[in-house]
Amino acid sequence: MTLLEQFQLWLGSIWPEWAAYITPAIIGIVVVLGFVLTTVIIFIYLERRLLGRFQIRTGPNRLGPEGIFQPIATALKVLLKEDIVPAKADKVVHWLAPVIVFAPILLIFAVVPFDKGAIFTDLNVGIVYVVAVSSLSAVGIYMAGWASSNKYALIAALRTVAQLVSYELPVVLSILGVVLMVGSLSMNQIVESQSIPFILLQPLGFVIFFVGTVAEMNRCPFDLLEADSEIVAGYHTEYSGMKFALFYLGEYGHTVAYSAIIATLFLGGWQGPLLPPIIWFLIKIVAVFCFIVWMRATLPRLRVDQLMAFAWKCLLPLAVINLFIIAAEVLWLPESMPWIMVVLNFAFAGVLILLWSKLFTLGGGRVEV
Amino acid sequence: MKFERYGIGIAKGMMVTFKHLFRSPITVQYPEEKLVVSRRIRGNELVWYPDRCTGCATCAKSCPQGNIEIVSHVGDENSYVVDKFEVDTGRCMFCGLCVESCPYEALAMGIGYERAQYRRGDMVLSKDALLLSDIRRPSGYARPKIEATLPKQTLLVYWDKDREEGGQKVNFLTLSKKRGRGV
Repeated sequence: MTLLEQFQLWLGSIWPEWAAYITPAIIGIVVVLGFVLTTVIIFIYLERRLLGRFQIRTGPNRLGPEGIFQPIATALKVLLKEDIVPAKADKVVHWLAPVIVFAPILLIFAVVPFDKGAIFTDLNVGIVYVVAVSSLSAVGIYMAGWASSNKYALIAALRTVAQLVSYELPVVLSILGVVLMVGSLSMNQIVESQSIPFILLQPLGFVIFFVGTVAEMNRCPFDLLEADSEIVAGYHTEYSGMKFALFYLGEYGHTVAYSAIIATLFLGGWQGPLLPPIIWFLIKIVAVFCFIVWMRATLPRLRVDQLMAFAWKCLLPLAVINLFIIAAEVLWLPESMPWIMVVLNFAFAGVLILLWSKLFTLGGGRVEV
Repeated sequence: MKFERYGIGIAKGMMVTFKHLFRSPITVQYPEEKLVVSRRIRGNELVWYPDRCTGCATCAKSCPQGNIEIVSHVGDENSYVVDKFEVDTGRCMFCGLCVESCPYEALAMGIGYERAQYRRGDMVLSKDALLLSDIRRPSGYARPKIEATLPKQTLLVYWDKDREEGGQKVNFLTLSKKRGRGV
């Protein structure tokens, strides 16, 4: 029984049934929207500051103490800008695309557990729901690229679709490893069964899932769809004003959502000693986000063929092998000794990653994918 | 076994950026922090010493643009008295030829560089705007005696003398202390 359901039951005893049904839903939407918007604003500031520190700069530090009002100023600036629609654009699709990019992020948060009861709906197919809903935003990006009637936007959109289709497979296969161990698809049960975080039990699965999700949220080093050296600003070349702000929100909201999913699936979710569960969960989200920023500060962008080859030749076979290893261990290893599994899986992960990086080398020191 | 080709490069790169987190920022927060400029800077102002000037107008002749305008009359002691000495820094390219050509060291480049103006007319420096003062000090350009008295330039990257092969050493800990001395 989640908190929201309890609230609904209590409301049902004093209010008419339809009001008791609608009110918790509206409260849920407002809470999710507020959470996403605030975290996105904080994360934009955090990313700019962190990126500055990684590049030996200071980052924004003018507006307010240590520049904390900079994202608000940026948001105001974007909101006040003129909304331009290209003359040859498909107006309806052009208008609809940012909404379709942004809406799935709110949907993802419906099944993210913040605490034992603090989950909006404890779906019994929670993780499948996340996978299904999160791929929706690719449709939005494709619509944006198509409707703009701009060659760069269309190239970016096609890249996104190719990228998402390729990386969805290893991501889902690595999720299957988690599901095999838990024996349930519900997000709450996934968290509750992690007395040892799955990052220790399935290091290879974590690496595959992490890389795959970073590719799916289109962040560096997989941000081919907005490779400004090649295709201007990618799919949002023709967008400005509030629509652009929605794309921006969508990009960061995706990062927040996937950080939450990674924290839930592999880092133990809200579980942790001493501090209250929700604080632990937020700490884990921020930690994952900081790691993503660290990757962005370090790694250069991949080429398109490298990107596809990495998904199909490296991540997919590794994910399949990982799935078989986890299945065999779940089947034959006794559940009372999880630490044997930890050691075994770390050994497997090291050997497999070494083997596969060997496959990806050609010539003397010339690394090709 | 060489790990160079097994993705260890990514780990190395991540370590490099991680170490950057603990360095003090290399950027200078300009209006609050100012680096000490080179002692021989040709700043965008000139310093004129009227007591040394004989009004010979060598500087005006050496100026490629003809920015320096000198009007003088013959004084009592068989010498020129300078009535008007104007430099249009708006057209000046700060080549320093006037300073180099002055036979009496009566002209020097200024050390200041913050002379942006709203109007072109304000770029013309009159006699009073060329005098030595607290805010208008000469730089060591072509004036070795002045150069010896000026503080040394702040360098963002220090040359490490101790290492035999030379090589650059980024001394970030001393940088934050040395910074902000002002100009």
